[in-house]
Amino acid sequence: MAETVVADRHAPGAARAHQFDNAEQQRDAATMGMWVFLVTEIMFFGGLFASYVVYRALYPMAFAVASQALDVVLGTLNTVVLLVSSFTMAVAVFGSKTGRRRLMLGGLALTIALGLVFLAIKFYEYYQKYAERHVPGPSFAFPAPYTEQAKMYFTLYFAMTGLHAVHMIVGCGLLTVLIVMARRGRFTPDYNSPVEISGLYWHFVDIIWIFLYPLLYLIGRHLE
Amino acid sequence: MNAAATEVETYEDYLNNDYGWRSWLFTTDHKRIGLLYLVSITLFFFLGGFFALLIRLDLMTPPGDLISSETYNKMFSMHGIIMVFFFLIPSIPTVLGNFFVPMMVGARDVAFPRLNLLSWYLFNIGGLCMLYAVVNGGVDTGWTFYPPYSSNFSNTNVAMAVTAIFIAGFSSILTGLNFVITIHAMRAAGMTWFRLPLFIWSIYATSLIQVLGTPILAITLALVAGERLLHLGVFDPAYGGDPILFQHLFWFYSHPAVYIMVLPAMGVTSELVATFTRKEIYGYRFVAAASVAIAVFGFLVWGHHLFTSGQSIFAGMIFSLLSYAVAIPSAVKVFNWTATLYKSSVSLQTPMLYAFGFIGLFTIGGLTGLFVAAMGVDIHVTDTYFVIAHFHYIMVGGAVMGYLGGIHYWWPKISGRLYPEIWGKLAALIVFVGFNLTFFPQFLLGYLGMPRRYHAYPDEFQVLNVMSSAGASILGVGYILPMIYLAWSMRYGEKAGANPWPATGLEWHTPSPPPPENFLEPPVVTWGAYDLSAQPDLANRLKDEDRVYKAALRAGARKREELEVEPPATGA
Repeated sequence: MAETVVADRHAPGAARAHQFDNAEQQRDAATMGMWVFLVTEIMFFGGLFASYVVYRALYPMAFAVASQALDVVLGTLNTVVLLVSSFTMAVAVFGSKTGRRRLMLGGLALTIALGLVFLAIKFYEYYQKYAERHVPGPSFAFPAPYTEQAKMYFTLYFAMTGLHAVHMIVGCGLLTVLIVMARRGRFTPDYNSPVEISGLYWHFVDIIWIFLYPLLYLIGRHLE
Repeated sequence: MNAAATEVETYEDYLNNDYGWRSWLFTTDHKRIGLLYLVSITLFFFLGGFFALLIRLDLMTPPGDLISSETYNKMFSMHGIIMVFFFLIPSIPTVLGNFFVPMMVGARDVAFPRLNLLSWYLFNIGGLCMLYAVVNGGVDTGWTFYPPYSSNFSNTNVAMAVTAIFIAGFSSILTGLNFVITIHAMRAAGMTWFRLPLFIWSIYATSLIQVLGTPILAITLALVAGERLLHLGVFDPAYGGDPILFQHLFWFYSHPAVYIMVLPAMGVTSELVATFTRKEIYGYRFVAAASVAIAVFGFLVWGHHLFTSGQSIFAGMIFSLLSYAVAIPSAVKVFNWTATLYKSSVSLQTPMLYAFGFIGLFTIGGLTGLFVAAMGVDIHVTDTYFVIAHFHYIMVGGAVMGYLGGIHYWWPKISGRLYPEIWGKLAALIVFVGFNLTFFPQFLLGYLGMPRRYHAYPDEFQVLNVMSSAGASILGVGYILPMIYLAWSMRYGEKAGANPWPATGLEWHTPSPPPPENFLEPPVVTWGAYDLSAQPDLANRLKDEDRVYKAALRAGARKREELEVEPPATGA
């Protein structure tokens, strides 16, 4: 068995990297690598979520009031956009597994498009906040008595959604690379790890938003 | 597997299979990347050491008349930042781990070789940012970056320094990720979890901490940079922020980071003890599990850095108890090493001297850790030299001893050459003496009340401070010596052969230096780690050597050369 393995991995055009014995080992390593990477991402966002928990526990009213300044319609719309993009991403992964290249390419393109829609809406919201002087900094303004504590809320809002947006941009870049690779016919039902693990990443970024949306947009609704 | 059988007449090794700077800077060979790291972290080690030198020189006299107070603040800050983030944390994992994790599990490379190279580049980009901060006026916050001083008041390059650590942190995360996957997915046929060498177990535990902890530090330091650059104010009391939150987040990483430094050194020590006692490690499974236990407990004790910071008394009690719990797996390791030594024939070669140094000094460092984990005693010694001495016993006495022991142990495999044994022993002795002379007086100084991070001190502390500075200069000699003779041995050392000690691990079952893909044929493992009885060739070789040695002793031989007059008969 060992001999065939050695012969295989030097075969021209093999998508397998030299350090792996077989395709299965390579796929396992790639998938597990992405899961471990996502664990580090959870910890990365975790620092911000921990800060949010501490300050919301300290200043519940200020956070609720400040949260009302967000546009819940746009936030909800973005949630829908992201959920649909997770579906199209799953379609792309399905396409890559079953060897339907057009389905995969369509899924990837739609996912990127939805990601860009999300980012466009997000940056429009940022612009709104800028116009309303809700961006933390010297020109920050918010009605008393919650001026300072609302600034903490908006600091966390921009830090958390900003970090999320950075991940969306990276995700769109990854998917663009996948489209180029897919058009060159690099993926087969036997070798689709890049599509699959990029899908994991995309779903992860989506799930982060599923937590951000209620924590940031919905905590002040009961005051209306 | 006979050592002679794996010694092949001609083969390309990883050093001569390609030449030129491109073959190094664009390599994806884990062994070459390990050597790249060796160069990088050695440079940072001597830079951090240079700052320590200035600190110790300044503390020779009570008024602190060599450098100004502001400069002194920068010296201890940059000493700490560079030593912790650019030497101790990467040291054993990136150099010895990169080189030997794939070899010891029987793989051709790590799971993600290009990611491995990227880690090295990230480390150096972070390092260059740090150098920029250093030459551009330095940093004076201490390595802990506590706000609000770091965020609102310090006029030094804090933003650049935290950026440097942020970038180097990703190098650390990716290295840890690579090792976790390599150990999970890349093991050779027959290499089950409980046949893994203990070095692999400790690197695995270390990697878990790197993967889980480092992102927290990254986001926390990013928030500090955000406060400085964008006036965010997450830790700023003026906006309702809480500086103590920073301390929680910082120590959530930085306490486990201590185990990132010392766990790999424990792994090295396990290898050394097994090899130089020629026995299996007593209670292998307990030592392996202790590594994982230390990693897990390590995440639950960060609050013992906040005993005097305004944490609730109940939180303090819980953290104190949990901190005591870390002593259990640590003690398991020390006792099991000692039990392995019991009734064994210890061969006192250079790496073993470092292993003894590690066990002794780590024990002192660990036991004084119990002092500072007790809330009452901690109030007395907080922010004194007692704490400085305690963590230097762990980090320098433990981690650096383990690192040097590992470098000596594996040097014949890395370079294919033997270093001069007599110089190795001398350097080990100098390091041990210099270390204790440097840091033991600091326990006394701290207990008498000398605070850390102070530029000047009362006259009655001078004798102990001069002892410490004298020790530091001896220690410096001990660190420079191996640089010289190891470099010398690369060209002039005796050829090492595949298995010079001899040892049982897979990395010794391939020629030295190893071929590019580590093994000439894929290894199949049928024995447990350190099991000599499963490797009869090796056991016979040891028996022969023993027989010759005893016969020569009976004949009255005194010198090593005389011992080897009769060539060992090959075991049939």
